[in-house]
Amino acid sequence: MFESLSNNLQAVFQRLRGRGRLTEADVDEAMREIRRALLAADVNVKVVRDFVDRVRARAVGQDVLKSLTPGQQVVKIVYEELTELMGGSQARIRMAPKPPTVVMLVGLQGAGKTTTAAKLALAFRQQNHRPLLVAADVYRPAAVDQLKVLGAQIDVPVFSLDGAGAVEIAEAGLGDAARRGADIVIVDTAGRLHIDDALMAELESMKKVLQPQEILLVVDAMTGQDAVHVAEAFHARLEVTGVILTKLDGDARGGAALTVRAVTGCPIKFVGVGEKIEPLEPFHPERMASRILGMGDVLSLIERAQERIDLEKAKEMEARMRSANFTLDDFQEMFRQVRNLGPLDQILKMLPGMNRVKGLENLDLNDRRFRRLEAIISSMTPEERRDPGILNASRRRRIANGSGTTVRDVNQLINQFEQVREMMKRLTGGGKRVGRRQAMNALRAMGGVPGLTGPGLPSFGGADAGPPRERVHRKKKKK
Amino acid sequence: MGLFDRFRKGLEKSRAAMADRLLSVFRGRKLDDSVFDEMEETLILSDVGVDTAAELVEAIRREARRRRIERAEDLPDVMVDVMVELLGPPAPMVENPDGPTVVLVVGVNGAGKTTTIGKLAHAYKSQGKRVILAAADTFRAAAIEQLMVWGERVGVDVVRQAQGSDPAAVVYDAIQAAKARRCDLVICDTAGRLQNKAHLMNELAKIRKVAERELPGAPHEVLLVIDGTTGQNGLVQARVFKEVVRVTGIVVTKLDGTAKGGIVFPIVREEGIPVKWIGLGEGMDDLQPFDPRMFAEAICRPETRV
Ligand SMILES: Nc1nc2c(ncn2[C@@H]2O[C@H](COP(=O)(O)OP(=O)(O)OP(=O)(O)O)[C@@H](O)[C@H]2O)c(=O)[nH]1
Ligand SMILES: Nc1nc2c(ncn2[C@@H]2O[C@H](COP(=O)(O)OP(=O)(O)O)[C@@H](O)[C@H]2O)c(=O)[nH]1
Ligand SMILES: [Mg+2]
Ligand SMILES: [Mg+2]
Repeated sequence: MFESLSNNLQAVFQRLRGRGRLTEADVDEAMREIRRALLAADVNVKVVRDFVDRVRARAVGQDVLKSLTPGQQVVKIVYEELTELMGGSQARIRMAPKPPTVVMLVGLQGAGKTTTAAKLALAFRQQNHRPLLVAADVYRPAAVDQLKVLGAQIDVPVFSLDGAGAVEIAEAGLGDAARRGADIVIVDTAGRLHIDDALMAELESMKKVLQPQEILLVVDAMTGQDAVHVAEAFHARLEVTGVILTKLDGDARGGAALTVRAVTGCPIKFVGVGEKIEPLEPFHPERMASRILGMGDVLSLIERAQERIDLEKAKEMEARMRSANFTLDDFQEMFRQVRNLGPLDQILKMLPGMNRVKGLENLDLNDRRFRRLEAIISSMTPEERRDPGILNASRRRRIANGSGTTVRDVNQLINQFEQVREMMKRLTGGGKRVGRRQAMNALRAMGGVPGLTGPGLPSFGGADAGPPRERVHRKKKKK
Repeated sequence: MGLFDRFRKGLEKSRAAMADRLLSVFRGRKLDDSVFDEMEETLILSDVGVDTAAELVEAIRREARRRRIERAEDLPDVMVDVMVELLGPPAPMVENPDGPTVVLVVGVNGAGKTTTIGKLAHAYKSQGKRVILAAADTFRAAAIEQLMVWGERVGVDVVRQAQGSDPAAVVYDAIQAAKARRCDLVICDTAGRLQNKAHLMNELAKIRKVAERELPGAPHEVLLVIDGTTGQNGLVQARVFKEVVRVTGIVVTKLDGTAKGGIVFPIVREEGIPVKWIGLGEGMDDLQPFDPRMFAEAICRPETRV
């Protein structure tokens, strides 16, 4: 997903490079990509519309084109806006001035209310409160049993009343809490559809009886567009005070979080990340934003990249490379930086120009290869690193021995270095466009540091320093 | 009130019901791009997903042109036909002619598996079939009790072991029992699991393997239950469950709400798994064989009676 949003944005802005000013149409195109990404994450269509307007306003106001990577810049704005919109999280339950504090859990069928009730109770118990669970789901078969089993597991009492209605149970539950001296009452309710008038009225009656400090809407992270209706209806009838997002241990992008937040204005207080009864986790808006965008760690990567590869430094590097002052030290440093930043293909895509090169996803520099590269360069003397020209056969043999590699590995590395230097020169050289194929060859050369390609490979030293092909196949042969 | 009426009623309450929008927004309009853009948006609002929505709209546009349709009001007809075409013909349940038919029911947490099993058991029992249930959700608290309540309600036996026991062993027992008691149908409940949990998916593969071993050709049906409220993750669910246990059919539940279950379109389109049943409530009668045309009609024209 990161691929799609970030790359598409980058592609949009790439076309604009050199034009200097953003037109309305340019921005529109970028916004379409953002809309697409959010819809793919299940953010509601209407919520997306408002959101995109906000981002548009900021993107226009801020001259994103001036930045090194305008696509990334817009992604960052999107990320920040998302974080802000979902922010103000309060990972706490409003406590009653005079105990008991009453918490009601409501939501659709199967959302995770019962499990969440137990998780909340556990958290309170661990904080030395005396929680009581009230089993007010009188509809679902064995719902009361379920809560009883969970209560026993976490050593929290469960109040239930056979044959009674939900409202009656709520009332009796309060009485039971008083008798036991429970200071927190957590009421599990039956799942219901927001359009089920009778059952929604039942919740209203329960609310009247319970006078809860919190009415928490439990929402499944996998929910799609309908989250908007659900949130609206529950909020309209009950004035929900907070949201709990469940099943975040799955791989759903969880756009419903944004929808529900936008519709109710209620903070997302906690998230559920498993079936086991463990304390609920606090909600982190910035993590949720990354998740909705499908970016995982990549966003922090952008930030790190922006810290390190800022325009000034990039220019400096560029100048160095062009002046042929690019040494093996720089080469090594480059790899080190890249490794610190994260997966190579993603980093490269963030570098200006690189995202235009197709096939980057096939690059796969693993740590083993980095270590090999490090070993070889570290076995060189400072002069050798500054001036690979002096590397004659005996020096190469020494380096190979010192680094536990072969002369061939050393040769390959040096050839790759030359190629990268050449590519950098061209890529950054004013005017002269580097052909995609050339760039690819050089890039593949980078990917083909010794250790990956293995011994049986045609060396890059040959006249045709072609890219290694069918890597997988070759790997197999090696075995 | 028929079951589909219930689906339709839910849709009517949803302010985004497509036909409402189509009719009110498009009334008197010519067929230009903006009409199709709005159509695409209403499809996305039904959880059809961006890609499938675009593809559906393209197909609808082509078909509308072919039929020389000029007024937007006439679009729902075309929409229904195009949707029906995508969804394919109704897919009946596979039955084992010589021995018990084994049905494995799988899906993520809270999707509606156990309830669907209760409804299925009721439907088949009403047809005079001998049904037995396997309580192979041995993980979730009171899951076995939940299935037993359904067994009592419907009047069918439930094979079970203690909570925490090996679910594959429960399925094994159930198949043995079905053979011994000459049952027609064994329906196996399984614990809800999220498809990104490898160990739980492996457990499911193992359950399947045991069924295969105990009865050639089993499981005859592997039904993936998908909550109709699910968004785009439903497609991931279909892909992964299909990979692990070779899903043969989809059950979409909770369509008595305002969710439209549009996720079935990309599932059918990309994974080629037919939809076999839809769930429209919590009672034992609230299950309906999936009828592509009725489904499409209900989505595109909630106000008309079929
Ligand atoms: N409104 C409605 N509710 C449903 C439908 N199907 C299931 N439910 C409800 O959804 C909730 C979860 O259903 P279950 O059958 O327990 O789901 P499950 O997949 O077995 O859940 P786990 O075993 O906990 O993973 C229950 O409250 C059911 O009553 C349906 O078609 N419509
Ligand atoms: N993986 C996962 N499963 C959950 C989570 N929360 C609840 N569940 C499961 O979802 C299903 C429905 O949960 P339950 O608490 O019974 O939902 P209720 O119907 O709203 O009370 C059960 O199988 C739970 O074990 C969660 O955060 N992660
Ligand atoms: Mg419950
Ligand atoms: Mg179940």
